[in-house]
Amino acid sequence: MKDNKVIAVKNLTKRFGDFLAVDAISFEVKAGEIFGFLGANGAGKTTAMKMLIGISKPSSGEAMVAGFDVYTQTELIKKNIGYMSQKFALYDDLTVRENITFFGGIYGLSRATIKEKVKVLVTELKLENIIDQLVGALPLGWKQKLSFSVSLLHDPKIVFLDEPTGGVDPITRRQFWEMIYHAADKGTTLFVTTHYMDEAEYCDKVSIMVNGKIEAMGPPKLLKERYGAGNLNEVFLKLARGSKPNE
Amino acid sequence: MKTIGYLIQKEFKQIFRNKGMLPIIFILPIVQLLILSNAATYEVKDIKFGYIDVDRSSTSRALIEKFRSSAYFNLLAPYSSYKVAYAGMLQGKVNVIMEIPNNFERQLVNQEKTSLGLTVDAIDGAAAGVETAYIQQIVQEFNQGIALETSVSNKNRSGFAGLITIIPSYWYNSTLDYKTFMVPGILVLLVTMITLFLSGMNIVREKEIGTLEQINVTPIKKSQFIIGKLFPFWIIGLGLLTIGLVLAKLIFDIPLLGSLGTLYFYTAIYILVVLGIGLFISNFTETQQQAMFIAWFFMVIFILMSGLFTPIESMPQWAQVITTFNPIRYFVEVVRMVMLKGAGFSDILPQIWKTLAYAVLVNGLAVLSYKKVN
Repeated sequence: MKDNKVIAVKNLTKRFGDFLAVDAISFEVKAGEIFGFLGANGAGKTTAMKMLIGISKPSSGEAMVAGFDVYTQTELIKKNIGYMSQKFALYDDLTVRENITFFGGIYGLSRATIKEKVKVLVTELKLENIIDQLVGALPLGWKQKLSFSVSLLHDPKIVFLDEPTGGVDPITRRQFWEMIYHAADKGTTLFVTTHYMDEAEYCDKVSIMVNGKIEAMGPPKLLKERYGAGNLNEVFLKLARGSKPNE
Repeated sequence: MKTIGYLIQKEFKQIFRNKGMLPIIFILPIVQLLILSNAATYEVKDIKFGYIDVDRSSTSRALIEKFRSSAYFNLLAPYSSYKVAYAGMLQGKVNVIMEIPNNFERQLVNQEKTSLGLTVDAIDGAAAGVETAYIQQIVQEFNQGIALETSVSNKNRSGFAGLITIIPSYWYNSTLDYKTFMVPGILVLLVTMITLFLSGMNIVREKEIGTLEQINVTPIKKSQFIIGKLFPFWIIGLGLLTIGLVLAKLIFDIPLLGSLGTLYFYTAIYILVVLGIGLFISNFTETQQQAMFIAWFFMVIFILMSGLFTPIESMPQWAQVITTFNPIRYFVEVVRMVMLKGAGFSDILPQIWKTLAYAVLVNGLAVLSYKKVN
């Protein structure tokens, strides 16, 4: 991969009938970066992300993820990325250990590797007491941390997180971001959508999406300067108000 | 192969951990088999039989005695007039009214023919048919008795025509026991229903809770996923067949003349068809509720047109054509043939080929319509 780019998107578009959900967006993400993909609800973040992770076909445009094409090499992309959806997606009726084993298994990890991963996660996340509990019985904060860990099981190059901290308390959010930093330190690229602007400040680079288009992009510091704002929240509000809604 | 193993392991864990689902899978079929097999019968018993004897002769009394001695008829007190009897029928107190006219005996002796008035409540047409057949049989027997008497006493009249009787010999179900006929059929129902509903709802359930999306972003192959998902239900279907066969033997004493191997071999193919249909349904539905409704729609048509309750031969031509696309039809045929007739592998070969073709077609369509990418 030249220039260290792990995601390269050019004029990526998704149309549902007459509705342009994603309108010719272009951006690049470098390896090891934490990329904040911001936008209001319904701005098109999730749709854009689904095209990048290979579960939705783009209407037009180009995109390369982890060096593979989103039109023709989706299965190769899937081998190299992790994904944590905004809907909690582990099995409530399986225990923590069974969930880890299952997802490790379908990513093709060996029994020994899976055992090793469980051991590491138990120490890192202090799971001793809950490893054999049903996931459904855990508090939301735990579930989120767990699904993030599961998305990292197969050591992907890039992890896509879709509003990972929705509905969790500030302390858990903080812990969650520590996990994100920890993953980034190990060289994983993180692509995070969120509408918590304070979280966006933790990112190396952010893009702000309004009505399917990327209206601003750059490191948080640069954006604040450009829009003469004290924080990203103000930047976001300025952009959102300037936007002309479709309806 | 290893990936499929993980998936199958997970499915079985989930099935056996679901306390609401387990009884539905294993207890319900047993209850259904016990209840339906005893309840679903064409036999008409306890026919409420009313009569008006205007003749009041020894012959008319003898005829009524014939009915009284039959196990099928429940003789009511004689009605004074047809009007009263008819009022009784309107109220549902009587199913059949027989009116023996005046001069019944005299006409029979003098002219060797007479008539009887018969009114049958035919709201349930099938039951009315059976009732009429019973009555005709009794009257015929009675008639032969009379004819014999007259031919003996009066040799130059009437030949021996009246003496020809038909002795039916019933094969494969010699006692004409309805349970012998129904139990194998209901067994078919259970295996089909449970596997269709379970497989139809299973993948949709993962859509609903969002785990399917998580699976779709993994590199798992479509075929691996589908095999891993359906295999547990294939096993459960064969398990249900086993439970049903044991019950049929122990409780209903249904014979199993053919080989178990043939039956299992066919069922193994048949369940593939059902699972394919289930998968197909779950591909085109978003919620378990939708899947359930569509599965029911197919089930009802399949069951009613399977020859399970009504013979296919008596359906109109167009309906008979439709039944050739009904997988349950073949399963019903095979189960009855193997269990009751002792049909072997070569006897059910046509059904095997058709079912196999069906399995390939349905599963092909299901796999094609399953999309990891939207």
